[in-house]
Amino acid sequence: MKKIWLIVKREYSTRVRKKSFVVMSLITPLLLVMVMVVPMWLATRDVPAKEILVDDESGLFKDKFQDDNLVEFEYYEQPLSVAKEIAFTSGKYGVLHIPKIDVYHPQGITLITEYSASIEVKMNLERQIDHVIEDYKLEISGIDKEKLDQIKTSVSIETNIINESGQEQEIHTEVAYVVGYLGSFLIYILIFAYGIQTMRGVIEEKTNRIVEVIISSVKPYQLMAGKIIGIGGVGLTQFLIWIFLTFMFYSAVGLYMNLDQLQQVNDSAVVQMGAMNSQNTEMVKDFFDKIDNIPFGFLIGVFIFYFIGAYLFYGSLFAAIGSAVDSESDAQQFQLPVTLPLIFSLVVLAAILRDPHGDLAVWLSIIPFTSPIVMMMRFPFIMNDPGWDLFVSMGVLVLSIVITIWMAAKIYRIGILTYGTKPTYKMLFKWIFAKN
Amino acid sequence: MEPILQSIHISKYFGSFCALDDVNISIERGKIFGLLGPNGAGKTTLIRIITRIYAADNGRVLFDGKELSESDVLKIGYLPEERGLYKKMKVGEQLLYLARLKGVPTSQAKERIRHWFRRLDMTDWWEKKVDELSKGMQQKVQFIASIIHEPRLIILDEPFTGFDPVNANIIKNEILRLRENGATIIFSTHRMESVEELCDHIALINKSKKILDGPKLKIKEEHKENIFDIEHQGDLGTLNHNLQVISSKIIRDDIYKSTIHSENEITHNDLLKILIDRVEVRSFYERLPSINDIFIKRVQEVTS
Repeated sequence: MKKIWLIVKREYSTRVRKKSFVVMSLITPLLLVMVMVVPMWLATRDVPAKEILVDDESGLFKDKFQDDNLVEFEYYEQPLSVAKEIAFTSGKYGVLHIPKIDVYHPQGITLITEYSASIEVKMNLERQIDHVIEDYKLEISGIDKEKLDQIKTSVSIETNIINESGQEQEIHTEVAYVVGYLGSFLIYILIFAYGIQTMRGVIEEKTNRIVEVIISSVKPYQLMAGKIIGIGGVGLTQFLIWIFLTFMFYSAVGLYMNLDQLQQVNDSAVVQMGAMNSQNTEMVKDFFDKIDNIPFGFLIGVFIFYFIGAYLFYGSLFAAIGSAVDSESDAQQFQLPVTLPLIFSLVVLAAILRDPHGDLAVWLSIIPFTSPIVMMMRFPFIMNDPGWDLFVSMGVLVLSIVITIWMAAKIYRIGILTYGTKPTYKMLFKWIFAKN
Repeated sequence: MEPILQSIHISKYFGSFCALDDVNISIERGKIFGLLGPNGAGKTTLIRIITRIYAADNGRVLFDGKELSESDVLKIGYLPEERGLYKKMKVGEQLLYLARLKGVPTSQAKERIRHWFRRLDMTDWWEKKVDELSKGMQQKVQFIASIIHEPRLIILDEPFTGFDPVNANIIKNEILRLRENGATIIFSTHRMESVEELCDHIALINKSKKILDGPKLKIKEEHKENIFDIEHQGDLGTLNHNLQVISSKIIRDDIYKSTIHSENEITHNDLLKILIDRVEVRSFYERLPSINDIFIKRVQEVTS
């Protein structure tokens, strides 16, 4: 055990001290926080409203547009060419030209700007024009607008589930969706990155020829175990740094902008996002509220379990591959069958989402090749009331790890001292069952 | 005294290929044991069985008279023929790591590394990365790595490859010093001149079998062909029918250098008696075969 620990320490410390590790650990959370904060900040920045000259030949729109903090309107009744000139000499944003139109087929409405118009402005104008025309149509059809507003309905269904003790708990499908995807991707990326690192590490020792020196001091399985644990530790450290720094950066930004302001920012971002209609606004607000309802401790715990499990499962396979080949290019043919289930798990996520409790989802979250990624996707949907399948999945994974590590150790033991032959699957199979 | 290491009826197969066939060797304490053999004879396999990298299919290995066990590995130092180090690791750190794997406590390991750095003139190497070193320098590091835990049995597989003559000599003296301090050394090489120089005992392995084994001098005696080199004054003339003058030439004035072959075993004194009657003997010695000759002869015998 002491020797494994020495190997773990070396594998861990040489990697953690690398520049690339430090850079990745800092940059990723920084990017993550930026992705969250920058749009909010941009959304609340005070930008002067854009002045738009309305050249309305139809006469339907006079004084009907509403100024907001994005656009302000000015009405002008001159030929278009004159309007254009005035607009650009006086620094207006653009001219909205509305010809005489058939309200049932409104065509030919143009926004003329000096630079290409922003999508925000375009959408804002389209919405306002729609409203004006709709109101006009209501009027000529003799429909009372107030009555219509009363008739309009918007229902938002709350998705609650009943747990075994009969208590109702609220879950939010959209929240579960986002959390599930994040967890699955994170596992996928970490397993890929650190699995391949394990393989490289083994190949490096083999091509360096240091492996013979080491295994004259320790047993091959100890070297393999030390390497896998050490590199896995690096992966876990990276993950924890990410979580910690993301939280820290986010809080720091919060303090800097002061929390109330951040809340405002949040709300206004929500408003901005949901400006299209009130139902969306509700939904997005709800989303931000419901994030707080996630049992983060449980979630992170399960994530760490599946990360460690998946890493040990795949890491030992990668180590076995590394031991069998002489160079990384030789490794490719063996890598494919190992990476295929990983990629498959990712591809199948959409199907899992459609029915997170269906047969496919349950089975794939039990089969150890796919279970870590698929279970992370499913977990948010079952976290408030985990059933037997979570525990079966965990149990199967642990059992499979024992088997893969045993197999990997067998291949590794012979592989690391075999040079110059390109191994075949048949040979690997033989190695597994070779004695001594 | 009980030998430090014995291999008893060791056999090892890789699939259907027999790498070692019933090999017995016995290595005495405090001696340098030369393990010789052509490429692919099974030397490395035998060494790997001794270092417990491989397990033998048949037979036993005894260390200090007891079955070789896990803990004995710490008493063995091994410098493999194909060597390597972690390229990106610093020399000091790397040696410390390898010493720790051999069970040396950190503080003691550091002390020993510094000691060896001073001895081998590499005092400022601690912070250097391995890939900044020349091949010869890396070999020195590797040599230290194999003896840092002060093993009682040191296995050196081709220890001189990659060294320039100056450094090879330094390493040779270190090997001799290690023996003086009580270590036993297994020395595997193709370089016969270093075998002549260093080995007390040799074993020759060919095609997975041991074909020769014994103290170096005894083996030479056994392989001698009764050839004598003599420097003498006066002509030898013809000798009796058992003795044959292979060559005889004047080197100056009346002084000759001759080579005589005896068909029968003959003691030095008996031969001298015959010679003294005829000529003035100025020098006389029996030509012993070199290990190189024996090696080639025995390997060819088996092959033909």
